[in-house]
Amino acid sequence: MTTTTASHHADAHAAGHAHDDHEQSFFVKYLWSTDHKVIGFQYMITGLLMAMIGGYMAYGFRMQLAWPGEWIPGVGFLSSQQYNAYVTTHGTVMIFWFAMPVLIAAFGNWLIPLMIGCDDMAFPRINRLSYQVFLISAVVLIGSFFVDGGAFGGAWTAYPPLSAKATMNLSPLGSTMWVLAVALEFVAFLLGGINFITTAMNARAPGMKMMDIPIVVWMIVVASILFMVSVGPLVAGAAMLVLDQQLGTAFYDPSGGGDPILWQHLFWFFGHPEVYVVLLPAMGVCAEIITCNARKKFFGYKTLLYTVFATGIISFFVWAHHQFVAGIDPRMANVFTITTLIISIPIAEMIFLYIATLAGGQIRLNVPMLWALSFVAEFLLGGVTGIFLGASGSDIYFHDTYFVIAHFHYTFVPIAVIACFAGFTHWIPKMTGKMMNETLGKLHFWTTIVGFNLVFLPLFITGMWGDHRRIYNYDHFPDLSTQALQDLRIASTVGLLIMIAAQGFFVWNLIWTWKKGPAAGNNPWQGTTLEWSTTSPPGHGNFHPMPTVYRGPYEYSVPGAEADFLPQSQPPA
Amino acid sequence: MISYAVEQVSTYAKDIDFLILLICGLVGFWFFVAEGVLFFLIFKYRAKEGGKAAYMDGTDPKHTRFISWPHRFILICDVVIVVFAVKVWMGVKQTMPAPDQTVRVVAQQWSWSFQHPGPDNKLDTADDIKTLDELHVVVGQTVQFELVSPDVIHSFSVPVFRLKQDVIPGRAIKGWFKTTQTGSYDIQCAEICGIGHGAMVARIVIEQPERYAEWVAANVATATVPPAPAAPAPAPAAPAPK
Repeated sequence: MTTTTASHHADAHAAGHAHDDHEQSFFVKYLWSTDHKVIGFQYMITGLLMAMIGGYMAYGFRMQLAWPGEWIPGVGFLSSQQYNAYVTTHGTVMIFWFAMPVLIAAFGNWLIPLMIGCDDMAFPRINRLSYQVFLISAVVLIGSFFVDGGAFGGAWTAYPPLSAKATMNLSPLGSTMWVLAVALEFVAFLLGGINFITTAMNARAPGMKMMDIPIVVWMIVVASILFMVSVGPLVAGAAMLVLDQQLGTAFYDPSGGGDPILWQHLFWFFGHPEVYVVLLPAMGVCAEIITCNARKKFFGYKTLLYTVFATGIISFFVWAHHQFVAGIDPRMANVFTITTLIISIPIAEMIFLYIATLAGGQIRLNVPMLWALSFVAEFLLGGVTGIFLGASGSDIYFHDTYFVIAHFHYTFVPIAVIACFAGFTHWIPKMTGKMMNETLGKLHFWTTIVGFNLVFLPLFITGMWGDHRRIYNYDHFPDLSTQALQDLRIASTVGLLIMIAAQGFFVWNLIWTWKKGPAAGNNPWQGTTLEWSTTSPPGHGNFHPMPTVYRGPYEYSVPGAEADFLPQSQPPA
Repeated sequence: MISYAVEQVSTYAKDIDFLILLICGLVGFWFFVAEGVLFFLIFKYRAKEGGKAAYMDGTDPKHTRFISWPHRFILICDVVIVVFAVKVWMGVKQTMPAPDQTVRVVAQQWSWSFQHPGPDNKLDTADDIKTLDELHVVVGQTVQFELVSPDVIHSFSVPVFRLKQDVIPGRAIKGWFKTTQTGSYDIQCAEICGIGHGAMVARIVIEQPERYAEWVAANVATATVPPAPAAPAPAPAAPAPK
């Protein structure tokens, strides 16, 4: 019932807009817009620019690790305080200002209204506000580099008392600006999340039942719910942290009766579901691309949704596996080892479903498909290495080593980088109306993948051989200053340089697409979901007329059908 | 795998290494199976001219068994891993064998100081030996340690023991290790603790009882300057011939 009324309303709205397609100034059209597509672009572009900042930080500290104490081109000499600030900002930026804006906000904004067939978000102005708050948060974070004492350098997990006391972290303003920036970013994503959930639940095209919603929309909705439920404790924790920093309270200070471990619980209660907040949209993006390019229905659509819900729920019961050796009651580790290994069951199920979707397909290996398949291949390694860390006994050794770094980069790089490029190359023809260059895209793909693996495979070994995290110069450690370890560190840095250079192909491709990209047409990939039934790029109001849905989202290669795809909006013969 | 580069110097090091090897075998198997199937399917089902994809929705038991059976085996693997992990964990972290020696480890920004029990083998007595960045223990003895921090969180990490335990200000966290060979190895701080974190290292010196007694004798004299008259007493205990 709700869906029908909402869409009738949307129809009327779209018709109303068709009349007043008046000229708008650049400012109103691109910077002050309430159009979900423009806001999606704003998030995407800001996210990619922030990724460049995060990448620059990675370049700085990896060069320092490979050639400690040397002058670094474009950075200069890196002091140990700066090193800590770079490491901290790299982690914070890549998760909160790159993975989240691109995967949830950019894809959520681009795809949700187009895929469910409505004209815009449920609350367009809240949507605009969401981006504006996000932009301010990014400015605050970058600004922290230029205040007295420099940026915060207590790692992205910001464990107090180090993060709470300026006498210990030596960045009195930077640490507070870091907390403030993160809190603002949370506000932005709460505003965005409300929109995504409301829009997907209430504004669907007539005929689109819950089980006709494309997977990526489901994934973004579940991720938004996870984020909303988990973020509360951390916001409370952040408020206490700011009070500790600036007003001298002692929430986390044992000398005043506080407890530093409290923060760790609040942080990881958010921090673990946060992994799934970015993982689920990434998997959703890949599901769309894999079904479309294998020309097959998704194998077990409902099973996938149930595993997603299960993962979401279990993800709230695993947080203390980050704290096995943190001084919590050791008996708790046994409980959290069990819950952590239980979560491997739905995750393994998801990966199996993706692989099974390929069986019997007609696989087109175009650029988005290469990215999506590499997501599955690379994420597998990130997934299985997590078992070493989730099992309490082996985590005693691996905790806070480079093995952890290698593990979570094998999850986060597929999530943030690979799925981002997969989605970008798949939907940019829809969003701009222009096709990207296939050759440049493949060059970009292969060089990035080679670079990425060269960065992080050696780190599994250095971690196993005892390198622990956030050390700016291993020469101080007699057991860690061996040549074999240093060679691995240099290999990893060389991988990073390749990975950064590879992005040149991407920039080149963007310029090529801008200048002479061929017209994409409405449906360049022969997709079935609703966004492919409108024009590229979709005009104001998205659909004219508003679509009606007749079938599920992945009706590819239906026996007896003329074409090998049946769009959701095509009426039955 | 790990012992190739990092020696096993505590009694539980080989248990942890075995657990890691076991997990490696189990997840490694599934990893290669999954990657193998993935690449096989990509290769086998490349698009062909005029080809048509199969139409299946993943509810037919003939198809789903390829997923549900591996799943049951994975569940069994999980149970095996949990059992072994918990067993190792309980041995390292949840038991406290009767100690032959107790030391206090103070982690501070940015160094380690150690309080050895001294000749009377009791902590917090006048003959305690305090050192900076060097911990002395006797090989083969069970050592109980107590971790304290006056400032921020640190982590007591001794890779050759496969041991790691965070040091939390406001708490005294106890643990144990039993060494298996002599030598001198890194003690590293594994939790970021500020600008000097990258240089917060100490050495653990594992010695034969005689050498340790020599070290105690040499240091107790200098360490406890105020009660000087008592100092010469332990001298005969030191075995002169090496």
